[in-house]
Amino acid sequence: MTNPLKPKERAKIPRQEMPAESADLRRSGFCEVNLGLTPLQAHTEASRCIECAHPKCVEGCPVGVKVREFAQLVQEGDFAAAAAKIREDNVLPAVTGRVCPQEHQCEGACILGKKLAPLGIGYLERFVADYERNAGHVSLPARAPATGKRVAVVGSGPAGLSAAGDLTLKGHDVTVFEALHEPGGVLMYGIPEFRLPKEIVRSEIDNLRRMGIVFETNIVIGKTITIDELLGEEAFDAVFVATGAGLPKFLGVPGEHLVGVYSANEFLTRVNLMNAARFPEFDEPVYACRDRIAAVIGGGNTALDSVRTALRLGARRTLVIYRRTEKEMPARLEEVGHAKEEGVEFLTLATPIAFLGDEAGRLRAARCRRMGLGDPDATGRRSPVPIEGSEFDVPMDVAIIALGTGANPLIQRSTPNLDTDRRGYIAADPETLRTSRPGVFAGGDIVTGSATVILAMGAGRRAAASIDAFLRNVPSRSEQAVAAANPGS
Amino acid sequence: MFEIVESRPLGPDVKRIVVRAPRVARKQLPGQFVIVRVHDRGERIPLTICDSDGGAGTITLIVQGIGKTTRLINALEAGQGLLDVVGPLGNPSEIRVHGRVVVVAGGVGVAIALPTARALKDAGNHVDAILGARAKDLVILEAELRAASHTCIVTTDDGSHGRRGLVVDPLREFLRTGPPMDLVLAIGPIPMMRSVAEATREAAIPTVVSLNSIMVDGTGMCGGCRVVVGDQARFACVDGPEFDAHQVDFGVLAQRNAMYRDAERVALERFREHPERDLERVPRPLDSEPCRLAQRHPEWNLAAGDRTSAESSHPDAILRDPTT
Ligand SMILES: Cc1cc2nc3c(=O)[nH]c(=O)nc-3n(C[C@H](O)[C@H](O)[C@H](O)COP(=O)(O)OP(=O)(O)OC[C@H]3O[C@@H](n4cnc5c(N)ncnc54)[C@H](O)[C@@H]3O)c2cc1C
Ligand SMILES: Cc1cc2nc3c(=O)[nH]c(=O)nc-3n(C[C@H](O)[C@H](O)[C@H](O)COP(=O)(O)OP(=O)(O)OC[C@H]3O[C@@H](n4cnc5c(N)ncnc54)[C@H](O)[C@@H]3O)c2cc1C
Ligand code: FES
Repeated sequence: MTNPLKPKERAKIPRQEMPAESADLRRSGFCEVNLGLTPLQAHTEASRCIECAHPKCVEGCPVGVKVREFAQLVQEGDFAAAAAKIREDNVLPAVTGRVCPQEHQCEGACILGKKLAPLGIGYLERFVADYERNAGHVSLPARAPATGKRVAVVGSGPAGLSAAGDLTLKGHDVTVFEALHEPGGVLMYGIPEFRLPKEIVRSEIDNLRRMGIVFETNIVIGKTITIDELLGEEAFDAVFVATGAGLPKFLGVPGEHLVGVYSANEFLTRVNLMNAARFPEFDEPVYACRDRIAAVIGGGNTALDSVRTALRLGARRTLVIYRRTEKEMPARLEEVGHAKEEGVEFLTLATPIAFLGDEAGRLRAARCRRMGLGDPDATGRRSPVPIEGSEFDVPMDVAIIALGTGANPLIQRSTPNLDTDRRGYIAADPETLRTSRPGVFAGGDIVTGSATVILAMGAGRRAAASIDAFLRNVPSRSEQAVAAANPGS
Repeated sequence: MFEIVESRPLGPDVKRIVVRAPRVARKQLPGQFVIVRVHDRGERIPLTICDSDGGAGTITLIVQGIGKTTRLINALEAGQGLLDVVGPLGNPSEIRVHGRVVVVAGGVGVAIALPTARALKDAGNHVDAILGARAKDLVILEAELRAASHTCIVTTDDGSHGRRGLVVDPLREFLRTGPPMDLVLAIGPIPMMRSVAEATREAAIPTVVSLNSIMVDGTGMCGGCRVVVGDQARFACVDGPEFDAHQVDFGVLAQRNAMYRDAERVALERFREHPERDLERVPRPLDSEPCRLAQRHPEWNLAAGDRTSAESSHPDAILRDPTT
């Protein structure tokens, strides 16, 4: 116990508020919204931790970050050590500190939250990770002696990155293959700059490069190289498939092909990965939002990211159209709050049944239907029920469909005997992440469907442990060659 | 970086470029394409792989300079490079014995049709080609298409070369007089493909078109390339690019392809005024990482030597190393 304050005194300290850029300034640019705690704030916030003997927050964290210990280190002022403590379980703290749904995980479980505001664990995590990066002292963990085993990681999202990190530390030789021209997965092409600056993702990937991981971009596994070739002529001993859930879903209503209707994936990729907000300095354009009306269909993080991006591209009116109520929205609470401050309107209990266009095929409006709430569905949320005869038109120039994503079938189709579930996701054991193909493991969104950054990272970690165990039992290629050259020895 | 080893004009604003892309070259099948990004501020555009040489590790692209990116590519010389080339993408053409196949190609569509025509001929089909362009100097790849077919008719809008008229005119004659056609493959501008589809619809001759919708990733991730085929949305990059012509909604394709007209005009204007802004961003082989596969194949003789990708692609990663 290092906290000099008595529990009563600690309870009096209010939860520190995250300093944020003003909503006015935010609307006109892509600057990060949250500015990060000051060192004093971080110290004060950490002092609120009551240091439970059995910390619920650690149980609430999908990768078991040692919250109590790192909060103690923050409180002692050893920010670098606090960062290193987090890195033992989480290789992307600057990312998760920004994008985890803490209210459902660590902070949701925090005992303080029963009576007071929970400890600001996400804020603290972000603070120490930023401190570490800005100080230029990211202490990379030591690597085990080289094993001579080679692992191919397919996909460079959080699942692939965390697996690659752990496997490298265990001494294996890791190559990450990425279809796009830049690694990072959703962190790079999906989550916008104002929530997760790309510089942070790049610097985390540079850290991984420095650990010895090789990134090969512009390679679509299943097209450029197949899984069989990775295990064959490319001479990898194991493969981890972490290709995410990248297939956009559409509503399947009339008019969805109109000019101005986007999938969230396309809209966000144009702006994030391709920098379309800076057209014509960058070549990729995005359909004009300036002084127009933009609406997003959906209520998750992707929906809010899309609508707030449209706002920053100059839309004069922005709307979220969601078929349930705000209470059921899967988006992070903080994002909903930020969106409202920025002037995004919420049209709930409504869903488009058609998009209407002009003679040039340009979107003009969405015909929507009102919804009521029925009985709870499998997710425990009350399911929306259409109200017949309630149609009304909402004028708009840009519509972004953010209804979630499905499994991209590229790898499954090009890999014989790789089992999938009924929805097309790769079937893998939840603990060992083994697939039906020996030596092929899979994890992250491509197994679970769209989930979260931290769950994908957790899967990457488990995969790394399981692949490591698997590799111990297979001779390396060079051992195999020697054995083949000296039969019977 | 993917080095351009050869670049040569085929006609006004049309160039043939040969690019070192060993991994793509090994895998390419007729009908497939790559997505290319010229420099770090460039857009991603699809180009059909016209030919490939697995042994030399090269692919051949034929580029018609119509907008900013294609004109930029056509301004490049051997020794320069393309920053990103990914592929081979899309489904290969279905190559089997149909019998009599008519290949109708308009404009730069001949570049896209050529590898498939060649493969169809090699497979044992009888291939009749119809090649169209607006005027004589815009007719490209005529000799190549002749070699890939048994007969070849050229049409020009103004009659300056071959017959005067449109590509569907000879096709209509085939319909009236010739032996039955088992497959028509039409690749070219949207109005051309639409009129071919209309011509063969009544006789129900199987007709295939290759659709050129706007693409970003080329892997099925964005849905920007979606086309309406038989009232269903399909992604041209992964479900196509070839589709049954009689099912395609060409109206929607034309409207969607016009989506960025204004921006395209701005980009081209800007490039015309200041080509140097883009040209100075174009990578040279010495700037960047060698392909790892090429390292194992010294015969590909990459100029970049044996530096690792970690060092060369991220020079600032080293600067940021706290131990230095
Ligand atoms: C807009 C948006 C906002 C989000 N916001 C949050 C948030 O705030 N908090 C949160 O926790 N989660 C959020 N999520 C969800 C989270 O980002 C994902 O759950 C997570 O990224 C999944 O990680 P992954 O590694 O499984 O896959 P991904 O991040 O999807 O990465 C997969 C990678 O594999 C590559 N790939 C795919 N196929 C191939 C192939 N055949 N060959 C080579 N490479 C391939 C892809 O290009 C991609 O780079 C958000 C998602 C989106 C889209
Ligand atoms: C599968 C496929 C194969 C193709 N093969 C070839 C080929 O072998 N040779 C060739 O010269 N052209 C080919 N094209 C067309 C080529 O991609 C476009 O001409 C090019 O993208 C135009 O870019 P730009 O900047 O020069 O012109 P812009 O002025 O930007 O655009 C001109 C027109 O090209 C189309 N276009 C623009 N951006 C894209 C994009 N990202 N993806 C697709 N189309 C776009 C639009 O219809 C636009 O109106 C192919 C297209 C597809 C989809
Ligand atoms: S180009 Fe993105 S899905 Fe086809």
